[in-house]
Amino acid sequence: MSEIPGLFNYWVVVFLMMAGFYVVISQGNLVKKLVGLGLFQASVFILYITMGNLSGGQAPIVSQGVFIYSNPLPHVLILTAIVVGVATTAVGLALVVRIHEAYGTVEEDEIHARDMADDESLFEENRDGEESGR
Amino acid sequence: MRDLFGVVMLFGVYSLLTAILFMDLDAVDVAFTEAAVGAGVTTVLLLSSLRLTRRWEAPPRHNPLVSLLVVGVTGAALVYATLDAPLLGDPSAPVHKHVAPHYLQLAAEEVGMPNIVTAVLASYRGYDTFGETLVIFTAGLAVLLLLGFPEARKSRVASSAIGDQVVLKVVVKLLIPLILLYALYVQFHGDFGAGGGFQAGVIFATGLILYDMVFGGAVARGVIPASWLPRLAALGVLIYGGVGLISMLAGKPFLDYSALSTDPVRGQHLGVLLVELGVGITVFSIVLSIFHALSGRKPQS
Repeated sequence: MSEIPGLFNYWVVVFLMMAGFYVVISQGNLVKKLVGLGLFQASVFILYITMGNLSGGQAPIVSQGVFIYSNPLPHVLILTAIVVGVATTAVGLALVVRIHEAYGTVEEDEIHARDMADDESLFEENRDGEESGR
Repeated sequence: MRDLFGVVMLFGVYSLLTAILFMDLDAVDVAFTEAAVGAGVTTVLLLSSLRLTRRWEAPPRHNPLVSLLVVGVTGAALVYATLDAPLLGDPSAPVHKHVAPHYLQLAAEEVGMPNIVTAVLASYRGYDTFGETLVIFTAGLAVLLLLGFPEARKSRVASSAIGDQVVLKVVVKLLIPLILLYALYVQFHGDFGAGGGFQAGVIFATGLILYDMVFGGAVARGVIPASWLPRLAALGVLIYGGVGLISMLAGKPFLDYSALSTDPVRGQHLGVLLVELGVGITVFSIVLSIFHALSGRKPQS
């Protein structure tokens, strides 16, 4: 069981990832779904940074007397990913705002119900139109 | 939790804790970014969209058992996969064997800057970063297309959303110059210490967002008119791409900064500085215009 301290970070990542995943698939509120997506995203960041860590290492800024540095490559990838993440979250929020303006709700069930009702009334109209055309 | 305000606040706390964890794992640049973006900007954007939608969530209608089962099975599979993963801090892990030693040993000579993260970001992996800047630019554009471009003469909100708070105003007035100065420091000192264009852009935008929140949109928009922001964002991308084109015109590959000066290391340094400036301008203007787009919109009842 000597692996436990070394693997603990991965398990935290899996837990957070699954928490985010659960929020995304089970919650009906669109804003909450986006928060779940953010949760998932941050867990991936932690995974990458965990992999880049080196025991006894320092932050990758060259200075005298330091010979072991953490791996800078995951840092670069995640640094840009965080900023890209906020930009894409903003796109999601903008969509949610527009959905709220169009449907008056941000609950998935209600949106779905309204879509179904619209489809049905459209179907009825079409059928009526066809019947009167005959 | 039915109150989404609480959800958003907890999410901000979560981001800040993640930032502290990154600090502990020696990723100073990432910690910096996460603290500025996750705990700062994301929270503000989420709150602005809560204002436009609804604060309270409807009670759940589905049985959570199916989702719990899916999540449980996926989680178990992932935990099983981690049993083969290299342990935390293991120097023989594959990730430390590939290109990282090259960067760590030669970045100081080849690019001439102590902060290897900045060197890799802007020079070795300049293509990636250019792509990411473009993604941010496109995302900002998408938000503006969805919510409408800022108009020059729109009915402006003269007062702030939170009312006339004297204490906040005084504190914020003292803080904002420091925040903006710090952002500039982060921007131009990114090759020596932690920081760079991404962080600086976000911090600069945060300063102006704070100003907007406390003093009201009309005052804040007097500093930088909202109609300039999309142009500024495009300018940032142009600076980045322009540096690449100049190096191409000088007969070197796209984004090879050693073409910018007779001394290759000086050229690298200049290139990194310019490219980071482009990134900073784009990130700043995109974050600020997203905030304007969300906060300037009137809620529909």
